Parts: sequence; structure tokens; C-alpha cells
Amino acid sequence: MAEPTHSNAPPAPSASVPVVELGSLDTLWFQVSGTVCNLACSHCFVSSSPTNHTHEALSLAEIEPFLIEGAALGVREYYFTGGEPFLNPDLEAILARTLAFGPATVLTNGLLLPPDRCRRLAAIAEASSYSLDFRVSMDGYSAETNDPIRGDGTFDRILGGITNLSAAGLNPVITVTEVHDDNGTVQGKQRFFRLLERLGIDKPRLKILPVFRIGAEAERTGAYESWQRLRESDSPGSWEHLQCSSCRMVTDQGVWVCPILVNEPEGKMGETLADTLTGFAMTHSACWTCHVHGVSCRT
Amino acid sequence: MGQRIPEDPAVHKDRSTDKLTVHRGLATWGEKLVPLDRFREAARQAGRQLSASERSRELESFTERRADPTPVEGPFSKIVVFGGVYSNHFALEALLEASHREGAEAIYCLGDLGGFGPKPDKVRPLLDEGRVLAIQGNYEQSLASGQEDCNCGYTDPRDNHFAEISYGYTDRNTSADFKRWMGTLPERRRVRLGARELLLVHGSPRRVNEFLFASTTPAAFLEVLLEQEGADGLLCTHTGLHWHRKLPSGRDAVNVGAIGRPANDGSTSVWYTVLEDYGPELSVAHRPLAYDHAGLAHEMRAEELPEEFVETITTGWWTTCLEILPAKERARSRF
Repeated sequence: MAEPTHSNAPPAPSASVPVVELGSLDTLWFQVSGTVCNLACSHCFVSSSPTNHTHEALSLAEIEPFLIEGAALGVREYYFTGGEPFLNPDLEAILARTLAFGPATVLTNGLLLPPDRCRRLAAIAEASSYSLDFRVSMDGYSAETNDPIRGDGTFDRILGGITNLSAAGLNPVITVTEVHDDNGTVQGKQRFFRLLERLGIDKPRLKILPVFRIGAEAERTGAYESWQRLRESDSPGSWEHLQCSSCRMVTDQGVWVCPILVNEPEGKMGETLADTLTGFAMTHSACWTCHVHGVSCRT
Repeated sequence: MGQRIPEDPAVHKDRSTDKLTVHRGLATWGEKLVPLDRFREAARQAGRQLSASERSRELESFTERRADPTPVEGPFSKIVVFGGVYSNHFALEALLEASHREGAEAIYCLGDLGGFGPKPDKVRPLLDEGRVLAIQGNYEQSLASGQEDCNCGYTDPRDNHFAEISYGYTDRNTSADFKRWMGTLPERRRVRLGARELLLVHGSPRRVNEFLFASTTPAAFLEVLLEQEGADGLLCTHTGLHWHRKLPSGRDAVNVGAIGRPANDGSTSVWYTVLEDYGPELSVAHRPLAYDHAGLAHEMRAEELPEEFVETITTGWWTTCLEILPAKERARSRF
């Protein structure tokens, strides 16, 4: 019986649209809770919310084949995002299994981290020779600056999650977007460091990310201008600085080029990792942000 | 595929209802809301769907062996390998004596001769005297080609702040002759130890500034790299922290550590690695090296290098370059 081969790859890009090749597959992402979140942040580039089922959660059984295929391709690190990953009831089992393959990082909003879960996570981390890391998102150093973005009452609950992780011996990286202009300045960072010191965290870790003007954020601040797209002439010689040259994203609907474009069907590259070991035409405006701001979603 | 997370009414109460329920039955396609089925059908149609045989071919070609014209040195039965001198000529002198005592047939240095420590030019005559066979680290590449920074590969501004001080001092105090010599060093070497062929690099076989820490370097990743390189073992440095992993295939991956500063373990000793062929087994021993760290601290202060750097030398704990550490290594760190 002939094996099915269908070619429904996107039409060949015009000459001016640059194509990023996959040099190596270093980072494998999982949209582990789909687009379902317990929050509906006003800057969310995938517009996650409690009712957003564009992508559904991944079970351990669905993730396992990608861990095996990823290992054969030499994946270095595994990232779990959503939505809110801790809405997935399988997450702890998924992390324990992933840590048999390599290091894992979870991107969380910090709201679902009670002390007993943090202690279990610390035990999972302890049992592996690979690192288990957490990134907790917050958007302001106070309830007044954070809550308008992430939701009423979230600031105190995020601090609670950070405190519980820290008490269990897990020291998360606090991830802050430049949703407020001064979040990324020296002074802005100092405010976050002081906040973490007040929580008793003596090794504060902080990552600043730009905002992507897609999804909910496009509604908040306006979408991209038509000129904000990459052209071949923008190339600094190679596209190796872009994460899409070394990552792929697994969702319940297949494998996407990167974590940013999961709400664009044209960002989908195939069903297995092997389907996606090819170039990607960077037609989207979000590609422009990654290039201009030198963004990597990795820690 | 995929499992539905049930809606939890409790999470809704602190947000206006429309934001939380707007997606009911709908998908987000870019900035538009479309019926779920429409998005899923478009997603189903998108991308490639290769046959099983095409997939195998893709996997094979993605991980296929790469030709490497690097000549193979040796064979030896016992070698000493170290990295990260960071201008610590006190430790380098102690290393040469230790290598002599070990009975090493060859001494290899995996790069980063300068940075952090004082008087970089004092390193060169010691390398000659010990007939040390070196490769370029990111420091040698940057200094030899007149770059403005060390290309250390840090991503956090706190790490980069001290990296700039370190590189600026080293750049100003390294002679033109030494820099030229650095430019003549190879980027990698291959060494035969018994029946094994070892690949020697600074960061990783792919990038001079890639950090291979124990807790973020999976065995499967190392197997693919070594398969592509056609080598039985990998020797690297760059992180400043030593480790050894025996891979399922029998290959060895070794970070040989650094002799320029302590291994962030509260001891003032630094670390080098002895590799010896035992037929079926490769013996890999990380050895602590005591040296005149008080003399180094004195000279660093005289050169007005940052007190943070001196503190690391006198306490054994890193005070800088901490943000690049993965979770496990950072948890063991004092700062």
C-alpha cells in the first residue's frame, strides 16, 4: 500500500521573504495546557483565557513520542507553556518523565502553586540530574501596576506562588514584559529585585521580555504596521539569532515553528518533528519583533 | 488529540465576565475570532505530512556525520587537559608541576587564556615552557580579531557588566604579539588516546561560546553531537564547572573545568582533568589543584581589578557570572 504523501506546504514565498533554516533542534516546546488559562491577561499574545480551547491540553501519552523523537534529534532542553501549565492534571507526571530526557522549564503565572505542590515539584527536581526550572510571570512590582494587566488580586497570589516555590528550595526566574515602559530599565529592574528581597529571595533571577503586538496585546496597544515585516535584506548574515532556527513547538494539533505563532495555522509545520526539519518563511510581523528586539523565549 | 480542561467557575470571579467567556466555542486565529472548527480544519491542512520512509530520511539527514579535516594527534596513553586560565599564571605554574608529577605525555589547554585575572602576558611563557597544546576559546578569538567584547555568550546584563570589565582590562594589557599568536591557534583538536578518538573544543563542537553545564546537557544531545563528529569522546570547558558523563553508547563527555578560578564550591582550589587509557575503559579523573591564591589576590588588587573577582579567588564562591547558571548549579551556589 502506498504511504500517504500530501504536499500542502504554504505556497513558495516571494523572493523578498526570508526563510529561516532549522540548524539544530535545541529547544522543544509543549503547549501543555493548550490555550486554556485561569487568567485573561490583556497583553497575552496567544489570547489565552478560561474559555480559549483553540489548542487543548496534552497528556503524558501524547507527549511521550515527541520526547523520544526529540532525543533522536539531539534536543537540549524542554519548555512547557500554555495557557497555564498547572491546569493540566498530568503536568507533574509529564515533568518527571521529561527529566529522564533532559532539563525542563515551566512558564507559569504562579497562581496554582500551593505549598504541597511546590514540595512535590522539589522532589521531582531532586530526583533528576537535569535542571527543573520555573519562570513566573508578573507585569508590575505592585498590585497597582500588575493587576490591570493580569487581573484583580493576582499580584498577591503571584507573590504567594513565588514564596511557596522558594520555600521548597526552587528559585524561579521572574519574567517581566515591557508592558510598562520602565520595567526593563535599570531602575525598573531594581524595583523587582527589591520586591524579591523583601520576599526573602537571596538569589533573585529576572528576565525581561518585549511584548508581541498580536493576540490580546494587539487589541490593547494596536497591531503591527504593514511595514513591520522581515525582508531578506534585513538579514545580518544568518538568522541563527532567532529561536526558530533551533526550536519547534508541539500542540495538540501538531508541530508549530515557534511558541509565538500557535494561533496562526500557517505557523504549523507538520505532525511529527521529522515533518518540520525544514525552512520556514518568516512572513509574520511577530518575526520582525523577534529580530529587532533580539528576542528568545528561552531563559 | 488533546484533552479538554474543564472550566472552573471559581477562576472567573475576579475578572469581568466577557474577557473570560469571549472564546466560548471560538478559536483565536491571529487577532480574529473564528469558529473552533474552522481553525482546526485550517491547522489540519497546514504543514507537511511526510510518509514513514520520508520521515526516516529526514531524521537521518538531519543528524548525519559531518566531515572534519582536523588532523588526529597522538596516540597517547595519558594526557592532562584543562581550560579557563583567565590570566591565573599562579595556577598555570602549579598545573605544569602537577602534570609533570602525573607523568602526562601531553598537556592540552581548551582556551580562555585571559580574562578575570591580572597581567595576561605572564601566561604566554608558561605555555611555551610546558609545551602546552592549546585551542582558541572565545577570549582568544575576540582578542586576536580586535573585537569589542569577549563574546562570552551571557544573556543577563549583570553577567555582561563584569564580563566587560574583565575583557577591557585583558584587551588593554595583552601584547600585540600574544594576540597574534592567539589567532594562530586551532579552533579544535582531535587526539587519539589508546583506541579512542577524542574531540577537543572550547564551548561545544557547534559554538565556541555554548555553555555545556552538567544539569542542562542531556545524554541524548551529546550522543547526537558525537555521532555527527565521529568521535568517541568530547572534551570541553567554557562553563568553569567540571563534570564527566559516561554515555549509553560507551562514549565519554567531559567538561575539564577551569584552572583560572575556583569551581564555585567554597574551596580555593581549581580543577584540571587527567585522562588515561585503560583498554576498554577511559579513566577520567578531575583533580583539585592548590596554588598561591593569596599571591593572585594580591596581584589582582594591585591591578585594581574588581573586589568581586578577588573575593571569588579568596573564598571559592562565584560573585559574578551567576545568572547564566542553570537551576541546579545555582542552587548549589552561595550567591
